[in-house]
Amino acid sequence: MADHTSPERPQPQNTGWQSLVDDWSSDRQAFKVSWGKAMMWIFLLSDTFVFSLLLIGYMAVRLTTPQPWPDTGEVFALTVLGHEFPLLLIAIMTFILITSSGTMAMAVNFAYARNRRMAALFILFTAILGASFVGLQVFEWTDLIQKGVRPWENPMGAPQFGAAFFMITGFHGLHVSIGVLYLLIVARKVKRGDYDRSGNYEPVEIAGLYWHFVDLVWVFIFAFFYLL
Amino acid sequence: MANVSEGQQHPVKLYLQVWGWLFVFSFLSYLVDYNDLQGIWRWTLVLMFMMIKASLIVIFFMHMFWERLSLVYAILLPPLCLLVLVGFLAIEGEYITLLRDLYLGR
Repeated sequence: MADHTSPERPQPQNTGWQSLVDDWSSDRQAFKVSWGKAMMWIFLLSDTFVFSLLLIGYMAVRLTTPQPWPDTGEVFALTVLGHEFPLLLIAIMTFILITSSGTMAMAVNFAYARNRRMAALFILFTAILGASFVGLQVFEWTDLIQKGVRPWENPMGAPQFGAAFFMITGFHGLHVSIGVLYLLIVARKVKRGDYDRSGNYEPVEIAGLYWHFVDLVWVFIFAFFYLL
Repeated sequence: MANVSEGQQHPVKLYLQVWGWLFVFSFLSYLVDYNDLQGIWRWTLVLMFMMIKASLIVIFFMHMFWERLSLVYAILLPPLCLLVLVGFLAIEGEYITLLRDLYLGR
């Protein structure tokens, strides 16, 4: 309102887009955290919806398909010492990802304790675990592709299995891969002392949020896609 | 809310405990599949372990326990809308299955 100026907050002089930016940024703050953390949380919230839509879509096609759904325990079984363990490959992948979540938590702790060497080392370790997860996923994909599974067909039953499998695990694998790159960049910055100079180690915690989120999504994929 | 001096710094012991529990619950959910439980037990146990693991990660590893409520609610409440979508599609799914039974005679 043009004639309604208050003394403590002068009206912004700008027009157009700049006025919109002014209005949304003029010292109004809802979240008492740094912008970096707030934005990472908002991004993770949006990502939650993307993954949820994929999983809910999977629920819908699985409910309605007239063909039998493959037994994931058998499909992803591994034979160790002559004994066939159901779903073993996925279990190993789950443990790798949980381990990486633990090492990431340690990295954040070391970072805030200003232990540069250990922080960089643990972030690097987390990235290696993430990369090995992606490696196992490549193995898993190769195996299924050789069995004739495609996003549009599946010799073991419902073709929707192929679509859901490649879409959900692919999207999650992409997140892990990008996370590995992200972690490597942060590890380098920690090692180089960037955060010592800025005096703020929060970027490590923010990278940790992303990484724990990737683990969190896997918890749901593991339960809904592989176990149920 | 705990007083946070610099960032989110918490006892290592707590992280290790959470880490340990995550392993335990992952192993338990694997055992559900290994022992080939079916039906209501499978669903109850798998979903229960899933929710416990997810809560542990969000509360401790992602520090939600120590964040201010405005952030906690802004992040944790919106996903509840998804339950509505789950409900809709579950009803829709039953309906489509019924139609296929009626008209396609599968």
